[in-house]
Amino acid sequence: MRYLYYPGCSSEATGKAYDISTRAMMEKLGVELVELDDWNCCGATSYFNVRELDSFAIAARNLAIAQKQGDEDLCVICNACYTTLAKTNRYIEESPEVHEAVNGALGAVDRSYDGKKAVRHIMDVLVNDIGIEALGEKVTRRLTGIKVAPYYGCQYSRPMGAFDDPEFPTTMDTFFTALGADVITDYAGKSKCCGGMMMLTKEEGALRLCHELLEGAHKAGADVIVCACPLCEMNLEGYQPRVNKAFGTDYDIPVMYFTQLAGLAFGASPKALALDKQIVSCDRVVAAIPA
Amino acid sequence: MSGEEEAKMPEDKIAVYFCHCGSNIAGKVDVDKVVAWAAEQPNVTVAREYKYMCSDPGQDLIKDDIQKLGVNRVVVAACSPTMHEPTFRKAASDAGLNPYLLQMANVREHCSWVTEDRDEATEKAMRILNAQIHRLPFNEALDPIEVPVNPAVMVVGGGIAGIEAALKLSATGKKVYLVEKKPSIGGHMAMFDKTFPTLDCAACILTPKMSAAGKDPNIEMLAYSEVEEVEGYVGNFKVKVRKKARFVNTDTCTGCGACIEACVVRKVPSEFDQGLGKRSAVYIPFPQAVPLRATIDAANCLTLKGKKCKQPCVTACGPGAIDFEQQDEVLDLEVGAIIMATGFELWEPDQDPRYGYGKLDNVISSLEFERISNASGPTGGHIVCKNGEAPKSVAILHCIGSRDQNHQEFCSRVCCMYSLKFSHLIKEHLPDTEVYELYIDMRCYGKGYEEFYRRLMDEGVHMVRGRAAEVTDLAMSPEEEGRLIVKTEDTLLGIVRRIPADMVILSSGLSPAKDAKEVSQTFGFGCSGNGFFLERHPKLEPVSTVTDGIFIAGCCQYPKDIPDTVAQAGAAAACALALVDNPTVKVEPTVSYIDPEKCCGCHICVSVCPHTAIQFNEEKKVAEVITAACKGCGVCVAACGSNVPQQAGYLDNQIFAEIEGAMAL
Repeated sequence: MRYLYYPGCSSEATGKAYDISTRAMMEKLGVELVELDDWNCCGATSYFNVRELDSFAIAARNLAIAQKQGDEDLCVICNACYTTLAKTNRYIEESPEVHEAVNGALGAVDRSYDGKKAVRHIMDVLVNDIGIEALGEKVTRRLTGIKVAPYYGCQYSRPMGAFDDPEFPTTMDTFFTALGADVITDYAGKSKCCGGMMMLTKEEGALRLCHELLEGAHKAGADVIVCACPLCEMNLEGYQPRVNKAFGTDYDIPVMYFTQLAGLAFGASPKALALDKQIVSCDRVVAAIPA
Repeated sequence: MSGEEEAKMPEDKIAVYFCHCGSNIAGKVDVDKVVAWAAEQPNVTVAREYKYMCSDPGQDLIKDDIQKLGVNRVVVAACSPTMHEPTFRKAASDAGLNPYLLQMANVREHCSWVTEDRDEATEKAMRILNAQIHRLPFNEALDPIEVPVNPAVMVVGGGIAGIEAALKLSATGKKVYLVEKKPSIGGHMAMFDKTFPTLDCAACILTPKMSAAGKDPNIEMLAYSEVEEVEGYVGNFKVKVRKKARFVNTDTCTGCGACIEACVVRKVPSEFDQGLGKRSAVYIPFPQAVPLRATIDAANCLTLKGKKCKQPCVTACGPGAIDFEQQDEVLDLEVGAIIMATGFELWEPDQDPRYGYGKLDNVISSLEFERISNASGPTGGHIVCKNGEAPKSVAILHCIGSRDQNHQEFCSRVCCMYSLKFSHLIKEHLPDTEVYELYIDMRCYGKGYEEFYRRLMDEGVHMVRGRAAEVTDLAMSPEEEGRLIVKTEDTLLGIVRRIPADMVILSSGLSPAKDAKEVSQTFGFGCSGNGFFLERHPKLEPVSTVTDGIFIAGCCQYPKDIPDTVAQAGAAAACALALVDNPTVKVEPTVSYIDPEKCCGCHICVSVCPHTAIQFNEEKKVAEVITAACKGCGVCVAACGSNVPQQAGYLDNQIFAEIEGAMAL
């Protein structure tokens, strides 16, 4: 099994652990990830609101490279990158004008894009291509007794819902259940926004959103929150102390990339999964997993 | 009807009329150009244009030309033939021309409405028109077939719409079969406590009608029955109705309820109480049921499940009406018209997980609240939460599943008003309880509705303009602890609010019945895009369907309130009466014909005919069309290997001429 792989820019900075753990986990699963040549930032969510057409062109450059590089689907790990690239595909498909304008821009760097490269979220690949049964068979350390709160974030399946329900996603629940974990399937806020980049522009607002997510997971008795987006992870983990300070709480909930926890189940070492890069220590989660 | 006569080319005098339809057609098609061109075509005697051909002066043009110019073939280029073909054919007929020598060219739905470019539209209009100019010389005069009409009517569905239609028809002396799939008639209205905006007691205004229908000698009540098959055609429908076994002899049962008291299976969720109350395995759904007869539910009765039971119901029943051996009965009924009044289903609120229905206690559907607030409901009319306590705060969430692109795009029309009714009932029962209405827009359009809204504001109900985003039990402050919290953006205040409530009522929209599509196919008409039964014309024929003789009334057509439902039921009854009050009805002569000289007796047409209108004559070894049963679908024509069946009005030479005409330009 082989995929083209788009790490996204966060994976070179704050989200480095997501990239490292993804590669380690996929290696354990025997899936080959071929990194996209000379990829660029997807443009993320903000640029669309400033110059829409330019942002399609920027995202489409990656898709054009992918189209040239191979027939494999393009696997994306970050929720925001996934949504941006998939959205670009959809606009190109639905609007010949956008397609023409994008190809006009790509033409300036001698590239073109036919609009047909499949963009896949890594969770879609895991659950639908590899399959729940096969994943269960690859488990070497079952996550028995670990109470996992999957935090999907707002861009996981929203708005398109290509592989999961946009309002009430469940694929991560299915995934971690197959890995033996005690999944909290219905805690308040599992697909609510963490505040995203608002943490830098209007911190009090974003802290309030994080507070609600952490409170939901806390009340549901979560041992660990798992994420599929570098920004969600940063907000929930890195800003936990500030949430505590602002709201008088004392949360101490480990937050991991879902690939880190799953990687442990598939037999990768904590070091290989970059667990030493976490801010809230995950040691007690690692220690709680039965050998 | 050989269809092989030579076209009478030289003596054909065709008149062409091109309708502007206001700007509907003329706005896209260059009418002058098309008419000038048409006048030059072979066989065309005259070509005219007019702003509205369907108007009297428009029709007079046709009549005058037939009478004064000796026109003997007519083509009207206008709207769809389903709209005005009957109008123009009648005009031709009035002027002495056989109506089947008039053809419509649909240049509106098929051309001007669906073509962007003016030049393309003009060219397409010419092609559509030319097809008919080429076809007309091959048209033959046909005479409508007259068939007898059965004066009985079947009404399917025993809610307020069906009851009303049945009573109206019965009043004219017609025999009516009222078919209801549940054990009692009454429908949704029987579940309500009050009706908006007058706050009439629903039972007080409905039960007299139910009872009247039950006692009416002209109405044959077929409760606990379902239509299985419909055959035939306008004036002559043959309907198979399955009368489900009640395991109770309805002739001897008196509805005393002794069996219900005696039954040992007592915890079956009551469908009528939305599962909030319990019933026995033998039951009468509600006290005012019509017919007031017990029904044994085979899925829960121990005896019928083959388990041990001392059968106390049998012992308790004085008249000995319990009959475990009873079987379903299939009735073959013949009627001249059918009225569909099969109602709606509530949009199931668990389809939107954000509102916590089915997961959070005290998040209830609107129908559940109807039962809770009803004096004969599971709580005896006390508005209480699951723990038996009265709520201190209730939030009523509008537009659940409605006006939502992810679910039902349409507005269900009744939810704003029933929500306001709920507020009133809560304030009446519990004056100190805070009530919040979370709405997008208040749609209070009916008689007395806006006034009712104003009254509720005066009663102290909090009106919050904002669609509810979510219902959660995650408390973020001590005051929220143990309560439900409704999150919304109050768009008048411009703030995000968290409204604590002890009870949340989800005002769900109305959905088409789950089997609406299947039912519509059984009866041979269709559904609209939103899943409700399709009316023949949304404005001018709202109670007719595309199948002659089948009418629709009530919420099976689209969500509507009780006044509109009753009005539509009356309209459907009048339409049905206008049909069955005649001894005969004329049906289209465009039926198929099999030449016995050419038929080889292979049976293919017999096997493909969807209306069993072709039978095989064993003596002559040929297939024969039963003209009265043929619906003119043309399947036999297409299926026959020897090209023997021919359908009047759709002969091969007519169709080929049409194709040639369309392609000729």
